Parts: sequence; C-alpha cells; structure tokens
Amino acid sequence: MRLSISIFFLAISLGLSAQETLPSINLKDLNGKTINTATLAQDGKPTLICFWATWCSPCKKELNNYLDLYEDWQAETGVKIIAVSIDDQRSVMRVAPYVSSVMWPYEILLDSNKQFAQALGVNNVPHTFLVDGTGKIIWQHNNYAEGDEAEVHEQLLKLKK
Amino acid sequence: MKKLLVFSALLAFALGVQAQGDPKKPGQLHGNFQFLSQQYSEDSLIGATVPPATTAINGFGNLMYTQGGFSAGMRFETYNNAIQGFSAQNRYKGTGIGNRFVQYQDSIFNVTIGNFYEQFGNGLTLRTYWEPNLGIDNALDGARLIITPKKGITLKGIYGRQRLDFDSRSTNADGIIRGTDAEFNLNSIFKSLAEKQTQLTLGGSFVSRYQNGETRFQDSLIFLTPNNVSSSAVRLQLNRNAIAVSAEYAEKINDPSADNAYLYRKGKAFFLNASYSGSGLGVNAAVKYIDNMSFRADRNLKLFDVPTNYLPSITKQHTYNLAATLYPYATPLTGEVSFMGEVFYTFKKGTKLGGKYGTQISANFAAANGLDTTRLSGIEAYTEGYEINSVKFGPTKYVRDFNLEVKKKLSKKFSTGFTYYYFEFNTLVTPVTNDFKGIVYANIEVLEMNYKFTPKDNLHLELQGLQTDQDKGDWATVVAEFSHSPHWSIGLIDQYNYGNSVAEKRIHYLFGTVGYINGSQRLTLGYGKRREGVFCIGGVCRAVPATNGFELMYTASF
Repeated sequence: MRLSISIFFLAISLGLSAQETLPSINLKDLNGKTINTATLAQDGKPTLICFWATWCSPCKKELNNYLDLYEDWQAETGVKIIAVSIDDQRSVMRVAPYVSSVMWPYEILLDSNKQFAQALGVNNVPHTFLVDGTGKIIWQHNNYAEGDEAEVHEQLLKLKK
Repeated sequence: MKKLLVFSALLAFALGVQAQGDPKKPGQLHGNFQFLSQQYSEDSLIGATVPPATTAINGFGNLMYTQGGFSAGMRFETYNNAIQGFSAQNRYKGTGIGNRFVQYQDSIFNVTIGNFYEQFGNGLTLRTYWEPNLGIDNALDGARLIITPKKGITLKGIYGRQRLDFDSRSTNADGIIRGTDAEFNLNSIFKSLAEKQTQLTLGGSFVSRYQNGETRFQDSLIFLTPNNVSSSAVRLQLNRNAIAVSAEYAEKINDPSADNAYLYRKGKAFFLNASYSGSGLGVNAAVKYIDNMSFRADRNLKLFDVPTNYLPSITKQHTYNLAATLYPYATPLTGEVSFMGEVFYTFKKGTKLGGKYGTQISANFAAANGLDTTRLSGIEAYTEGYEINSVKFGPTKYVRDFNLEVKKKLSKKFSTGFTYYYFEFNTLVTPVTNDFKGIVYANIEVLEMNYKFTPKDNLHLELQGLQTDQDKGDWATVVAEFSHSPHWSIGLIDQYNYGNSVAEKRIHYLFGTVGYINGSQRLTLGYGKRREGVFCIGGVCRAVPATNGFELMYTASF
C-alpha cells in the first residue's frame, strides 16, 4: 500500500511540473457543429472561457456585466470570450433564444454532459478561465460577485505586458 | 490495493513518458477538491435530528492527467458518514477510489477503459453523469470506443456496468449495458452542403441491458422476466438562420420493472423542440410525450439507483429560493404529456421601455398531465396494464407553471428585477411534501435589488413571498448578501412560514454564511436552521431533511 501511495505521489509531483493547457473534448456549437476544445485558444491573443447555465443567476450577471466592457477589453487586449453552457437536456434548447435575446456577442458552446467542465476540474458555475495566446491557462476564478470584472481586467492587462 | 498499485504505476509511467515526449505538447494535470461537513443539533420543532456521530462529511478529489492523446484519471471519495439526507438508500460509506479510467485519442479513435460518462442524443436511451451535490453517479464501468472516420461522422460504442454503491470503493449494478450511437452532420460530410444555410444533423442510438431473467409469482400467476431488454431512438437537429428544430423518438421493448409494476408493455418517448433566436428576441417551444420509458441497469431498483436514460422535466429550472425548493416538478417515470412555451425579449437601450441600459423580460409557461388511458382487465392487467385512448392530455393534472421575469439596470449603481410565478402542482404525482396530498395553488413574487456602494462592494437583496391555501400555507423569505470583490461575502437568509395552519410551525428558518474566495478556491462557513425541502440541480432533485447546526464547505480546482 505504502509503495503504491509513494508511486502515486511521485506521479503527482511529476505532473505538477507540467504546464496547464486546454484538454481536447468535442463540443457542439449552436448550429450542431463539432468544435474541439483544444483549438479554442487564439493565436497570440487571450481567451476567456466562462462556464455558465441558463438557470444560474450569477453566471448570467457575470456575462451581462462583461458585455458593457467587452468592446473596450477587445480594443485593448484582443480578448475573445467563449461562454460554455453546462445546461443539460432539460434546458439546453433555451440557450440559443436566451443568448440572442440579450445579444451576447460571445462564442457559445454546449457542454450538456459536462465533459469539458469535468476535464478542467469545474465544480460549480460560474467558473472562469483565462487562457493566453499560446493556449496556456494562466488564471481561473470560481463564483462571481459584482466587481470581479476589475480582477479580470487586471489579469488581461498583465498578459499584455 | 493491487489495482491501485497497477493504476499508479501506469499513471507514473505515463507521466514519465512526458519527459521524452513532444515538448510542444506538455503534460497537464487538472483536478478538483470539495468537501462539505455538517454538525447537527436537535430541533424537534423543525424536525431536525442528530445522528449518533453528531457530525458528517462528504468529500471528493478528482485528478486527471493528460499528455498528448493520453489521459488517465481517478477520484477519491469520502463519506464518514454521509451528510444527512444524502444517502437515503445508504449508498455512500467510507473512503476510497470511486472512479478511475485510462483513455487514448487521436484524430480518428478515442478509446476509454474504466469509468466514463456518456450521453446518446437527448439522453432518452442513455445518459450517465455525475452530480456530486445530489449524490448521483451512474457512471459506466467498462469500455468505450468513439470513431470519427470523417468530419461530421461520429460513431460510438459502449459496454459496461453502471455504478450503484460506494462502500470504500464503488460497486456496480447487476445489469450489463451495451450500446451504440451514430451521428451525421450532413453539412460537414458533403462539401456541396458546407455553405448552405440549412444545417442538418441526423442520429440514431441502440442500447441493450442484459440481466438474468427471473421467475416472479403474483396472484397465483407465474411471470418470467426477459434476459435482454433494448431501447432505440432516432433524432434530428435542423438549423436554418435563426430557426432551430430538434426532435427525437425512442422506443423500449418489454421491460417489467419495479418502476412500472412489472408490466410488459412497450415504452415510448417523443420530444420536439423548436426555437427562434433573433437579435433581442428569442422564442422557444417544446412538446413531450412519455409512456413507460424508465430504464435502469437493474429492473428491481428504484429512485436514484442506476438510471440508464434521462427524462428531463418540462418546467423551467427556477433559481429563487421559494420557487425552486418548495414545489419543483420532476417527470413521473410512468409517463406524461406536456408542452412548454417561452419568450425572451430585450427592450433596447435608448427606447422608452429600455431606458439607458435596456430592459430584459421573459415569460414561460409549462403544462403536464398524465396519459389518457383505460385500465385493462384480466391477464392484460398484468401484462399491458392499460391502453392509450389518445395522445392528448389525460384527466390527471400534474403541473402548471407560469412565470414572468423583468430585469432592469436603473443606474451604474442600482439594478433590480421582479419575477412572478403561478403554480398548480400535484403533490400526489411529485411527492415533495407529507403535509398535503392534492393540488397546491400558489402565487410567488420575488423582488431583487443590487446596489453597488463602490465598484467592489455590492449588496444583493431579495424579498420573496409565496401565498397558498394548501400544504404549509404562506411563506416570506428575505435574502441579503454583501460581497467585497474579489474575496469576501456575507449572506443571510430567513424563510418564515408565517401562514402555517399549525401555530407552532410558524417558524423563522434563519441561516447565515461567511465566504472567502481566492481564485478557484472557496471556503464557506454557515450556521443556522435549514428547512426540510427539495434541492435541485439541472433537472434532478433530492429531498433534504431539516437540519440545525454548523456547516463548512470547501471547494478548489487546479
């Protein structure tokens, strides 16, 4: 038993030296087309990946609040926001009409059985990841409170340097 | 132990390989942790009891390692003992490994051995998933192969047994589940269709369970249950500009089970959804017909145990406390006829109703009744059970749910929202309460306000009211949450059952929390009384008992 545990921790410590990149999972977009998550990062520019659901109030608040700042953020840093819905079959068909009604310009992906969320270790929504221009995850935040966008902006500016 | 050793060795090997692997594809480790610990005090008035151990804990830690096309993962779980209400069937005990797998994928093949989660189409034939806060884990344990021979074509095959119980390690249910699914996105397959405005995806699935047949005796009759039971489905998704249509039809052959009182009739399910998504306007409508479609990995099990497919509820998943936790509807496993309609609209900025920031409104209505059937007699009462008169609404009302929501930002500092709900809810069909059997008629109003004192300091306030003459009577709820971004939050919720017909039960359920967030880590300490109720995530709900005491929750991802 001790041996197995030590091997296990050795494995972990080796793992911790690894870089964090995006896992490869096939998700659908709103047109039913398959998109691989390993290709989500933009070349040379940052990407924000926001996990949300139509039944999650703080998630919608977060993405609605980013809306007011998105143009400025894009001009400043070239960031792209990808909103990944974890709505399951009960509510997944509500995603497109809701998104169009609030006019989100974000790229929307559907993770109905939470494969991508689980591969990234997401426990609860909202959960936001910042990915740099080489595809590396450099920052993440769980939950959303009003004002958190200031920290997102700060992280985006850090990347620019 | 031996298994763990072999697994660890493989994991270590895989990690070791990374050192010599492609430097452009470095290995990565993701994972998460969560635990919830509760301390219990007696409160006979609300029905809170104290287990002999007086405290409880639920926890898990996931690790997933990926390098290039290879990945491996495992989950440690602990329940010492499981928190109250979590483990009604005593399915969660001890500490150990509850999930492990190895996977390899390239551009064509994706193979998994061990535990995995999979969904075919809308889930009418197969859905395995993990919802730790609800105590749901029906993972398949076996093998899965996904083949993508050409862009737009996905073929899947699965073979395994489903997780049933955890006692320091997970054990699987009796039945063996085999299945296959094929999906074709025509616009990706045929170059001539690539630029067409109409996008069409077609799919089909087949799932079969093997479980040794049994001989059953009932009213001096002898029944044999089948060894193999299959279900199959066909589906389509069509998109053209702003219009999307999704439909699926599923059928299951004779499957006498504890859910259907061991009837031999066929199961059927049909689901159709159409939506329009224009700028500022969204419309969504759905119809559903379900007859005897419960499908499990063990015919003799019920409730949360090993569901193989998924039958989501037609009603909207509500978020505000009183609307979400007192009368949440779930699809009865015997069947329903239902429909839903919904409109989302935004009054644009600068218009009369939109004001400076725009106004969002949405209205939603859902209705479900039982099937229109006639009971059969004689031997057919034991085999078919009933016959269908029409596919229209049957005489038994299951649920009516109307809700209207308005959200408005009034200034940079102040935003508000108002939601109205009207429910007719049959507690005989969805047994969410022991205090009343019949139809509950309820009105609910919620006023929400957000005030930003500074860019980082925000007060969130909810005033909620529920009025009904049935069940526990009227409720009022106040929620207040103050957050100091990005780290701190303090919350207080008071649910007051002022309209209860029993004077002693007119109780304040007061619960306070303090939360600290640092990146992906969150620590929450809570204290107070929680009422007996129903806790839902996505489409699934769990009954939670009344509790009184302290609570500590920690969650982290990396």
